[in-house]
Amino acid sequence: MEILDILISASFWAAAVRIASPLIFATLGELICERAGVLNLGIEGIMVVGAFAGWMAVYSGADLWVGVGVAMAAGMLFGLLHAILSVPFGLSQHVVGLGITLLATASTYFAYRVALPQVTNPPRIEAFKELPIPVLSDIPIVGQALFAQTPLTYLAFVTAAVVAFVLYRTPLGLAVRAVGENPHSVEAQGLSVTALRMGAVVVGSGLMGVGGAFLTMSAFNSFFFEMVNGRGWICIALVVFGAWKPGKALLGALLFAAFDAMQIRLQQTSLGADIPYQIFLMMPYLLSILALVVMSRRAEVPAALMVPFNRGER
Amino acid sequence: MPTDPGARAVLRLRNITKRFGPLTANDAITFDLHEGEVIALLGENGAGKTTLMNILFGHYTADAGDIEVFGHALPPGNPRAALEAGVGMVHQHFTLADNLSVLDNIILGTEPLWRLGTGRAAARARIEQLSRDFGLAVHPDARAGALSVGERQRVEILKALYRDARILILDEPTAVLTPQETDDLFATLRKAVARGLSIIFISHKMHEVLAISSRVLVLRHGKLVGEAATADTDRHQLAHLMVGSEIVAPEVGGAAPGAVLMRLREVSTTPVGNAVGLRSLSLDLRAGQITGLAGVSGNGQAALADLIAGETVPDSGVFEVAGEGVGAWTPRAALDARIGRIPEDRHRTGTISDFTLSENAVLEAYEKEPFSRRGWFDWTAVDRHTRAIIERYDVRCPGPDARIRLLSGGNMQKLILGRALEAEPKIILAVQPVRGLDIGAVTYVQNRLIEARDAGAAVLLISEDLDEILTLADVIHVISEGRLSPAFARGTKTPAELGVWMAGQGFDGEDSHAA
Repeated sequence: MEILDILISASFWAAAVRIASPLIFATLGELICERAGVLNLGIEGIMVVGAFAGWMAVYSGADLWVGVGVAMAAGMLFGLLHAILSVPFGLSQHVVGLGITLLATASTYFAYRVALPQVTNPPRIEAFKELPIPVLSDIPIVGQALFAQTPLTYLAFVTAAVVAFVLYRTPLGLAVRAVGENPHSVEAQGLSVTALRMGAVVVGSGLMGVGGAFLTMSAFNSFFFEMVNGRGWICIALVVFGAWKPGKALLGALLFAAFDAMQIRLQQTSLGADIPYQIFLMMPYLLSILALVVMSRRAEVPAALMVPFNRGER
Repeated sequence: MPTDPGARAVLRLRNITKRFGPLTANDAITFDLHEGEVIALLGENGAGKTTLMNILFGHYTADAGDIEVFGHALPPGNPRAALEAGVGMVHQHFTLADNLSVLDNIILGTEPLWRLGTGRAAARARIEQLSRDFGLAVHPDARAGALSVGERQRVEILKALYRDARILILDEPTAVLTPQETDDLFATLRKAVARGLSIIFISHKMHEVLAISSRVLVLRHGKLVGEAATADTDRHQLAHLMVGSEIVAPEVGGAAPGAVLMRLREVSTTPVGNAVGLRSLSLDLRAGQITGLAGVSGNGQAALADLIAGETVPDSGVFEVAGEGVGAWTPRAALDARIGRIPEDRHRTGTISDFTLSENAVLEAYEKEPFSRRGWFDWTAVDRHTRAIIERYDVRCPGPDARIRLLSGGNMQKLILGRALEAEPKIILAVQPVRGLDIGAVTYVQNRLIEARDAGAAVLLISEDLDEILTLADVIHVISEGRLSPAFARGTKTPAELGVWMAGQGFDGEDSHAA
């Protein structure tokens, strides 16, 4: 069976982890926002901004890690705009989020044309290289899949652990989980609902920016407009799939990425000759929807998600 | 331990004034709270009690006035400052995050946010100590969402005690408690007072106020209208202060029963989920008569109410309205049959919270003349109609264009009552029509139902309050597990005898038909 051959190949698993990395960043970002009670539909646009900003910074001569910082800052800037509109002004989170996505995408297009007016083929940058971890990377399959990746992939896994730790082991995480469930509980305990929610949206958007930057700085080494290509929307679904828990969300991202890696490989097998490639392209999405239906049945939605908080209202 | 009321003032309110649009919720309110004292803040719904306490706790900012706690001015609009000054508040609508444990709810906000790790072990020990000291049994690891109402309240009190609150505000704490739980709460409060805490207890239940407080303050229409040491006052005087006039208990004259307007014969309905369905139930509703339905909550009252309101259809049996079998039975059909409905849950099914009074007032008739003409709304007619209801039913509100969620329960209920009665219904379905209302509103609603009866309507009064049934109903049925007792005429059964039926006994004989 060709599927079995693929499943035991180290390159398949390495690809899955690589494809999962940007999703992990952005899913964690979205998860933080939603845990605080704000649905951030700006994710798609913020990833585009992050992808462009990081790449542009490095292209202009900045260090790679500085580029990651720039992408994060750019994401946070759009996140701040989202936060101002959705939290203190309490506007519809759907409208604000879609607006941010449109604005961010259009601003990126504009910035790109201003910065590179004459260019037809986007320039490439010297991106992050694989950094095999000694000893660990020599383990068969697992080693190549997990320990021979770029530093940004390692960072994605570390970020998942940090987010989980902060959410479940610190007073700050407790407050974030509370504010998404019942903002009145937070207000009655003397904390600021506004500050917590805005903070969560800004930080979450920063992670989305890094997720976008992964595409230009660790995967394609260049910038195209279509490169984010719906990944943001996938992350929204992954948050639901992960039942708003960082660990499960991480698994969800890996699962989706595995489907994606699988379909690419299946296209090159004898099956690919008979079946239109669009069917393969559809596969990860179909399987994700299926998994979503199964997994999210008993998921506990943050009770105050999408409910703006106005002080002094009953 | 200083507990005499002559002790120093721990809290001073000076000229607190708060307006919501044209409505003055608090009008220059001034009082002191002394160490070890329990003040009862008494007043009807909408008198401004909760608003005043929300100002004290910093949820609202007052338009004028000063607050001093332990001799220091309290910055306005800042719950954190209030907490740090030693003010703890047990909100009427509990403020727990359901996804967190009891422990997490209590420690939320008590530690610096940027600490790595939470001091849960120490917190647990402290919470267990407080639970023992104050008699507040609750498991620290239980999920808040899984707690009973009584337990949730205990957590709210623990939240305040955990922060070393010296002043405890309880907003209508007994509204959701059983009598047994209320006794436990009072025991806890007495322990707190013995430790030198001072308490403000908001209520509109007279006997509780007399039982727990050392001093009573009465609010009416946002003004402080009376103050008395509890020992020197009585129910009658307080009731007078609260309402501003003598309270007249409803006078129920003799009924003049007329024709049967609704007839149910051997009607059964399907149980929904855990709810009880009707089991071969027979009932007559007569014009000019109040039929009371007594019973322990959850014995089929909801099924019967849903059936009459048009929300369900019978599985079997005969269901006649005005002598004719019903066709397609829907809420719309029920309205067309002139059935006026006062639903049990005025927030969820009685009104749409974010709609205005006007919109709510025409919810059941918006598509009919004069509110709509050829498919177009006539807002002038709607407005006129709403103003008439506000006027005739004494709905206290900022105006017809205010969102109905801003109204107190009593005023909301008056609007619902007005909506139902202005349509001149032939049959009135009143489910728990006075639950949660204050004395003035209770008397008002009950008198209106009696008036409707005297005008020839058939009233079905469903209530879990046996006293209410005994006072108002001309005939009484008891419902138990979806079965209905025979009709008992007014005064023929004692509460104890009805209690036997309510406990489910006496139904074994097949003769459960109404007379």
